[in-house]
Amino acid sequence: MSAARTPYPHRHLLGIDGLSRPEIETLLDLAEEAVAVSRRVDKKRSVLSGRTQINLFFEASTRTQASFELAGKRLGADVMNMSVASSSVSKGETLIDTAVTLNAMRPDVIVVRHHHSGAVHLLARKVSCSVINAGDGSHEHPTQALLDALTIRRNKGRIEGLTVAICGDVLHSRVARSNIILLTQLGARVRVVGPSTLLPPGVERMGVEVHRTMESGLRGADIVMMLRLQRERMNGAFVPSLKEFSRFYGLDEEKLQWAAPDALVMHPGPMNRGVEIDSAVADGPRSLVTEQVEMGVAVRMAVLEALSHNLPNG
Amino acid sequence: MNSAASPALALLNARLLDPATGRIETGGAFVENGVIVEAGAKVTQANVGARTQAIDCAGDIVCPGLIDMRAFVGEPGATHRETIASASAAAAAGGVTTIVATPDANPPVDAAATVDYLMRRAREKSRVRLLPSAALTKGLAGLEIAEIGLLREAGAVAFSNGARSVGSAQVMRRALTYARDFGVLVIHLAQDADLAGAGVMNEGEFASRLGLPGVPPEAEAILLDRDMRLVRLTLGADANGARYHAALVTCGMSLAVIAQAKAQGLPVTCATSINHLTLNETDVGDYRTFLKIAPPLRSEDERLGLVEALASGLIDVIVSDHDPQDVEAKRVPFSEAEYGAVGLETMLAAGLRLVHAGQVSLGRLIGAMTLRPAEILGLPQGRLAKGAPADLIRFDPDEPFVVDAAKLRSRSKNTPFDEARLQGVVKTTMVGGRIVGP
Repeated sequence: MSAARTPYPHRHLLGIDGLSRPEIETLLDLAEEAVAVSRRVDKKRSVLSGRTQINLFFEASTRTQASFELAGKRLGADVMNMSVASSSVSKGETLIDTAVTLNAMRPDVIVVRHHHSGAVHLLARKVSCSVINAGDGSHEHPTQALLDALTIRRNKGRIEGLTVAICGDVLHSRVARSNIILLTQLGARVRVVGPSTLLPPGVERMGVEVHRTMESGLRGADIVMMLRLQRERMNGAFVPSLKEFSRFYGLDEEKLQWAAPDALVMHPGPMNRGVEIDSAVADGPRSLVTEQVEMGVAVRMAVLEALSHNLPNG
Repeated sequence: MNSAASPALALLNARLLDPATGRIETGGAFVENGVIVEAGAKVTQANVGARTQAIDCAGDIVCPGLIDMRAFVGEPGATHRETIASASAAAAAGGVTTIVATPDANPPVDAAATVDYLMRRAREKSRVRLLPSAALTKGLAGLEIAEIGLLREAGAVAFSNGARSVGSAQVMRRALTYARDFGVLVIHLAQDADLAGAGVMNEGEFASRLGLPGVPPEAEAILLDRDMRLVRLTLGADANGARYHAALVTCGMSLAVIAQAKAQGLPVTCATSINHLTLNETDVGDYRTFLKIAPPLRSEDERLGLVEALASGLIDVIVSDHDPQDVEAKRVPFSEAEYGAVGLETMLAAGLRLVHAGQVSLGRLIGAMTLRPAEILGLPQGRLAKGAPADLIRFDPDEPFVVDAAKLRSRSKNTPFDEARLQGVVKTTMVGGRIVGP
């Protein structure tokens, strides 16, 4: 590590909320190095050699779990995946029981995804190892925000001063919350765009501009960040229909024209093609979607490395 | 509780607080056979004689014991959370001398036999007066009117739907109309279940930041407004309207509804909880489940509005909303955690925060915990008057202490005030002339 770099002083990464700008920049700089490592033939490092990492996923995930697994392995950790679908948690065993049980196996890092907001915080209070939040309910998904920031920074050369439009189901999105906090912290102008039924109450007090139409929300935007719309939220409860949502809020070539001429498009995946994003855009020249996936591994390596310095005997 | 005749006892050298006037005077209280014989400046060591047992109160406040209109006591059916013995021990420690038990037991208190059972258990196990309230609707399901007449005969002092609201306006109208004919008090927690939806805390920026679904204050005000109109429907040329007591109001919109109803002369009163008066939504902090209550803690602006309404008398009553929850019900993610907080033991000291902050007078605070509930329930206690039941407490309003959840007498320790610095220590709790605590 270079001397000028602000150390990451926390034991956990539970959210972007609470991180300072220099701490975020430290993680992004570390991730840049991890990108280089990941592009080599020999991707193996020994930062986490001898360490045990458990990926504890209470909610199904393919890409995030794979990304954390690869990140851990590239740093030399022994990685164990535990997928506990919420419905199949053995009767009677609570989240805390699970945490205490795993803790007794002396892992160094637990990566947790849970369907309830705050569940990862609760777990972190009960274990003696480091905890990384891989998404809790509608609350935070800090590594997604970091990988998005890294992707933006690499493509635009900066984050400060950019206009970023976060579009769609902001209400239920932990990706949106973490991105709002991170991007405003780094000086971007953040807009949220969507029908009011999918915007969180009081969101205007979170330092963002609120737009109810794609035309006003995308106008002049440098980055258009689409969010996934959960299928169960499409039919009548929050928006009238899939067809209506995609007509007014789905990103297609036509709507993208409202954005800046060099605007880039992002999506955390998995995409509902034809709903919130049209295939022509998702696979088009302005899409950063696959680069986001690559940056995901790098950012998770960076976070693991940063946390490793704060582990006992680290 | 043993109601046999009690010996003569004098509380001397006290600052007597009379909730009827709000005034404080130096003096004493002389009690015998369970009632107050004399209270005032005349009650001194010289006047009571050397043979009477006397307690030197050393300038502490002496006032009627608190009457808590809303406490869950665990019986029947939830004794892992609370028992009448443990609830009454908590009450005695907190200066609460009368508890109105909520009907959300298992089974719900919707049959005369259950009221009988509770009253028998109270006689055997309770240190303080425990009065059952009964279900307004059968099984608290909000579909059919409970046996209001029979339940009243058995000893129910009020009728409520507990923690649940009656969603159907038709059922509520009939229940209020029927209750009016029997002259009973209806206590209702107004919260529109549809609008509250999956919400687990107050709607707004703070809930949004935590990624938790919110409950807007409108969910409360809409149903309360409906209820006021239904109470109005029970008015007739030959009948007073149904006596309606809003179990918990937590927002300015609800206060406006109550103010309007009172201005129209409707027989309406309201309460708020000690939690809503002294805590706000930001106290939820890092998903602290002990702060998860229903209706949810509101914004600081709303809290200040409640304090103001208490000071003005628009809010009649303060309740503990004592709701013990066992450890496992709270050691889960916030959305999954049960609602509720214990409060019997801390309600006085928490309320004194408002007095020490200069926001509410001591007389007004105590009045909302003694005389007003007594008047609403039609009880003789809660008064510092000759012949009134000798339910008295003595406390030092200034003595500081730190709340230690582990030391609470309640069977459950889910206090939102754990490690809080409070002032106000109860020194003596007397029920019917007998010292029962702390």
